[in-house]
Parts: sequence; C-alpha cells; structure tokens
Amino acid sequence: MRVALMVTCVNDAMFPGTGRAVVDLLTRLGVDVEFPTAQTCCGQPMVNTGYLDEAVPVVRTFVSAFEGYDAVVAPSGSCAGSARHQHRLVAERSGDPGLVTAAAEVSPKVYELSEYLVDVLGVTDVGAYFPHRVTYHPTCHSLRLLGVGDRPRRLLEAVRGLTLVDLPGAEECCGFGGTFAVKNADVSVAMGADKARHVRETGAEVLVAGDNSCLMHVGGLLSRERSGVRVMHLAEVLASTEGAS
Amino acid sequence: MSATFVGMPAFPAAAREALADAQLRHNLTHATHTIRGKRARAVGEVPDWDELRDAGAAIKDRALLALDEQLVRLEESLTERGAVVHWARDAAEACRVVADVAKAHGVDEVVKVKSMATQEIGLNEALAAEGISAWETDLAELIVQLGDDLPSHILVPAIHRNRAEIREIFRSRMGASGRPAPDDLADDPGELANEARLHLREKFLRAKVGVSGANFAVAETGTLVVVESEGNGRMCLTLPEVLVSVVGIEKVVPTWADLDVFLRLLPRSSTGERMNPYTSMWHGVTPGDGPQEVHVVLLDNGRTRALADRVGRQTLRCIRCSACLNVCPVYERVGGHAYGSVYPGPIGAILNPLMRGVGTDPQVDSLPYASSLCGACYEVCPVKIDIPSVLVDLRAQVVDAHRGARRPKAEAVAMAATAWTLSDSRRLARAERVSGRTGRWWGRLASLPGPGRRWTAARDLPDPPRESFRAWWRRAHR
Repeated sequence: MRVALMVTCVNDAMFPGTGRAVVDLLTRLGVDVEFPTAQTCCGQPMVNTGYLDEAVPVVRTFVSAFEGYDAVVAPSGSCAGSARHQHRLVAERSGDPGLVTAAAEVSPKVYELSEYLVDVLGVTDVGAYFPHRVTYHPTCHSLRLLGVGDRPRRLLEAVRGLTLVDLPGAEECCGFGGTFAVKNADVSVAMGADKARHVRETGAEVLVAGDNSCLMHVGGLLSRERSGVRVMHLAEVLASTEGAS
Repeated sequence: MSATFVGMPAFPAAAREALADAQLRHNLTHATHTIRGKRARAVGEVPDWDELRDAGAAIKDRALLALDEQLVRLEESLTERGAVVHWARDAAEACRVVADVAKAHGVDEVVKVKSMATQEIGLNEALAAEGISAWETDLAELIVQLGDDLPSHILVPAIHRNRAEIREIFRSRMGASGRPAPDDLADDPGELANEARLHLREKFLRAKVGVSGANFAVAETGTLVVVESEGNGRMCLTLPEVLVSVVGIEKVVPTWADLDVFLRLLPRSSTGERMNPYTSMWHGVTPGDGPQEVHVVLLDNGRTRALADRVGRQTLRCIRCSACLNVCPVYERVGGHAYGSVYPGPIGAILNPLMRGVGTDPQVDSLPYASSLCGACYEVCPVKIDIPSVLVDLRAQVVDAHRGARRPKAEAVAMAATAWTLSDSRRLARAERVSGRTGRWWGRLASLPGPGRRWTAARDLPDPPRESFRAWWRRAHR
C-alpha cells in the first residue's frame, strides 16, 4: 500500500510542525509515508472564492502529484473535503475529460487524518502521551462535509495523561471560513470571539482541532486576548510521546 | 411604511453596523438559540426524519421539473372550483392585480395574512400609492408595520425587537391606524398580545378584501394551504367577501397526498412544534361559506430564472421554514436587515441572487459571500437544499460576471497570482523561501499592511516557521 502525505499549503508554509507530526505518527504506526514533492494545494481558496478557472491548474497539479497512491492522508478536514467534494466541479469546468477521470480516481482515496487512523489502520490508541487539559473543536468541514463523527474524540480519549473537557457550543463554526475571514472580517471575528470565550470557559490549557486554518483564527484571537491557551493540531497531540517535549 | 429594502449597502458594511448593536446581538442570540433547541427536540422525535426530508425534496423536484404542466393543472383545478387565476411575470404585474381587485370593490383597506410573496413584491407600498391601506394582522408583522420598520426574519420578522420596544411602538403608533393602546400598557407579553388582538379585531370585522399568500398549492385539487400560529390568517381567509392570494409558482405540489409530508416537515422545522395551531385549506369558492370571490395570482418574479440555474434550482424547494436562519452563525450575529432583503439568512443569500441575477448590483453580489460555508443550514434544511454548494456556485457566477472587466478587482489579480504560484511546486517552494524571510520580519509587526490588516486588526499572526515542511522533508530525506 502506497501512502502519501498531503500536507496542505497552509501547513507546508506556516505549520510545518503538523506535517512532521503526521510523518512521526504514521512512521510509529508502521506506515511508510511518502511526500510527493510535486504537491501544492487542493485549490479550495480559489473554488470557495468563486475563481474556478484559476483552480483548474491547481487541481491538475494535485491530481498528478497523488495519482497512483492507495491512500492520501491530509491533516485537514477542510482540504480533504475539498479534494473529495470539489475537485469534480473544477475538473468538469476544465472541459478536459482526462482530468475528470483522473480526479474521480484520486478523490475517494483522500482521507482526513482521523479517518485514516480509525477506518484504514483501525487504531484509536496510537500510543501517545500528552499530560494536559485539552478541549476539542470539531471543525465544520470535518464534521459536516466529511462526517468524521467522534473519531477525533476517540483518538484523544485514548491519549495517556490527557484530560478531555467538553467545549460549549462545540459544533458552532469558529468563523474562519477561508477568505470569509477577510472579506467579512467583522462577522468572522465576532464568531471567533464567541468560540474563544467558550474555550476559556473550559479552563483547558490547549485547544485542539484537525484544521490549522481554524486554529490560526481562534488562536490569533486567544493570543490577542493574552488568554494563555495554546492551540495545537490533533496530529501534534497524537504524535507526542513520553519523554518527548 | 418602508418595508422594501432600497439602497442597502453591501453585506460586509451592513453587517458591521449590525454587529455594533449590542441589544440586537442579545435579542438574536436568545431567540435563535431558543428556537434551535425547540426544533432539535421536535425533529429528534421523528425516527424517519431523514427519509421524510428526502421525500420532501423529491416531491418538490418532481413538481419543479414539470412546473409548466403542474401550473396549468393548478389553474384548471382552481378555475373549476370558481377561483379567478391571474399570471404575474413580476412584482408590478402582481401588485396591479391586487390593486385592481381592491378598486373594483371600492375599498380603501385590505387585511393581510402574513405572506413572504407579498413582502417580496412590495405590495403594501404599491397599494398605499393607490390610496389603499394594507393592514398586517400577524403580530410580528404588525409590530414591524407600526414601527415603520423592516422585517428581519422569515418566520419572526420582529425578532430584532424586545418587549419594551414593542410596548413603545404600540403606545405611540397604534392610535394612528385604529384603536389606540392605553398609556399604561405593560410590557408583559400576554398584555401586548391582547392589545394587538383588540386593535386588529375591528379591522378583521370591517375589511371587505383579504390578501394572503399560500404555503402550498395542490395542482390536482386546486387547494391552497396557509399554515400559521395565531389564527389571524383564519380570520382574513374567512371573514372578508373577497380574497386575493399571491402565490409563488414554486409553491405547487402535484397531489393532495403530498401535503402529508410537508405538514410534518414544516412545523417541526419552523417553530419546533409537532403541529402548528392553524392550518387553513380552501378550494376556490364555497357557496355560502367564506369569501365569495376568490383570486389567485401566480407569481414568477425571478423564479423561472432560478429554475434555469442548474445548481441553484434546488433552492425553489424552499418551504420558508427559516430553520437555516436559526442555526446560521452569521445570521445569529448580524440579524436579517444586513441581507437587504425580505429573505435573509442562508436562504436569502442564495435566493436573492438566483431570482435577481448576479453581476449588476454589488449588494446582491455580496450575498453569496455572507457565509463561512459551515454547512449548518444544509444539515437542518427539511428539503435538503445544499446551500453551501449553491453559495459556492453563485460565487463562481459573480466572479465570472466580472471577468474581462477593464479594471480587474485587486482580489482577481491576487487570486490569479496565488493560483499561478500554487500550480507548480517549484514556484511554491520559491514563494515559501521568500515569505519565510519576510515572515520572520513581519512576525515582529503587530499589524499587516493592506488587506492583511483585516486579519491583524483583531487577531495575532502565528510565529512564522524557520523552514517550510517541504524544505524540512528535503533536508531530512536527502
């Protein structure tokens, strides 16, 4: 089984630690994960802003980078959702039947990290150790577009030392929304401020989610508020082990 | 009153203003969360809810895909039962029909059942221009009308008002249009409702012409259906001698049996009730019972435009329950006025552009972007309208409508540049090396220049990494 890491453009450029955590975690679980270096982005920023023509070459690059892999693992519900639900639209827009076929081949092989761990590898205890009080925000696209359900929670509950506290209003959107965060910055911040308040109410040291874009938004607010709450990607918690920092 | 939204600013500006209104935020949070909980409980009781949603969607699709046949069938059934059917291409034609009926009977007032279609066409204003007063009789619509205000929710149009404000409106405004409210009126909900009842009663008993919409129109039987809570609709539908109903052409369902599905879907989705208190059904004219002259105006006003939209046509399944508004995190924070239409919230963000077309009015073009695409609306929609997908498709239509503009927007230039960078991993790696250097410099700044300021005005940036993942991988796997 050939397994590729789709690190996502946001993680590649801004949160490389998350990509490294996925590599560490999957290696520990016996998966020989590859990083196809031709990969760039899933194209979602263009698609969700309405720039379908611009998304065509991005999706073409995506498909050619991941063609031939049995599984493509992404530490992002949003980017995995884009590959699974939007690539067909972009491919059809291109008018290239070859791209339509190739995208249809690759799309269903894209997994969000928790889906891959629980459904494909069949593990919930990944042998992690993380002695902190944690609250979990289920991001909208992992929850509603992919339907990952309680997989991330089950993974977190199996982490030794970790105390998982419920986040009030957990299923409400944090307000990031891609370009929504700048096109409708005021509404985005109002939504994020409520999310940040709920996070503070839990008394958690760490806010965990499966999407760094959402965490960048809520984390940016928590940091501006000097809340002392850290944000961390699910992959980084799951990669943590005893003795490691 | 000024119940049409003319000259509204685009969504982001209108939303900013709404966000600054702390009272509005408080009212909305309280109201939307209450009704959200009620809906969730009512829906949770139905074990086959998801199948019921599928059935609702399928029935509507069946009607919409043969809309021409269904409407002709409806016209035949209605005519057979003594109703007069009028076809209206747009708001002006529909308003003309209602005004002509009122004038033919020499009246200067009509009583109204709560109706989105008549709000949409600006009927009250059109009638006022011809010297005819249209009295809203739904409690919330009365509050909006007396307050010279705009509706901000499909189901509860005065959701932005609290009871103290309502008492003030009643005390200062009721006298101008009928029975005045006493000066010592309390802000107790029961007392306020009673005052409205007394004020409206004389209008019900006096009016010769009633005006309504319809929740459903059954093609097979010519049945019109109004679903309501207060009983004011029943009064308007039965007391006047003449009844005019303005019905959007998408309200048609093929058969009587189809109502079974919708009368289960609508109340649970809308008010969170198992069943609404009043369901009125009528077929044309019944001799000796109720209105003896019945008119039905079948209204297009952009619906056929929406029907022609391959992705967007599913929007015409909408039964105006407003469940999508109540769960929407954007609506919850800005309220309905920011959407600049009688159709606010997620459904308004797609319905308005679909019915009016994109590429000409910046306000309409801003609506498909008034969403974080969280998908909560799709999850609750009783007829499974995939609102996020329609929003994304409409965004593409907005962008396409402006392609080839002489001066492309900064956003279009930025998107083209981003897409160029993201189409090739070597270009991306180069961009990451540059941004890695500038990022370390930016990281020490409290705020970004240009459009980036919209991020940093309230949010810190993460610390920029020493190297990209790509660079690390290359180093580690050399």
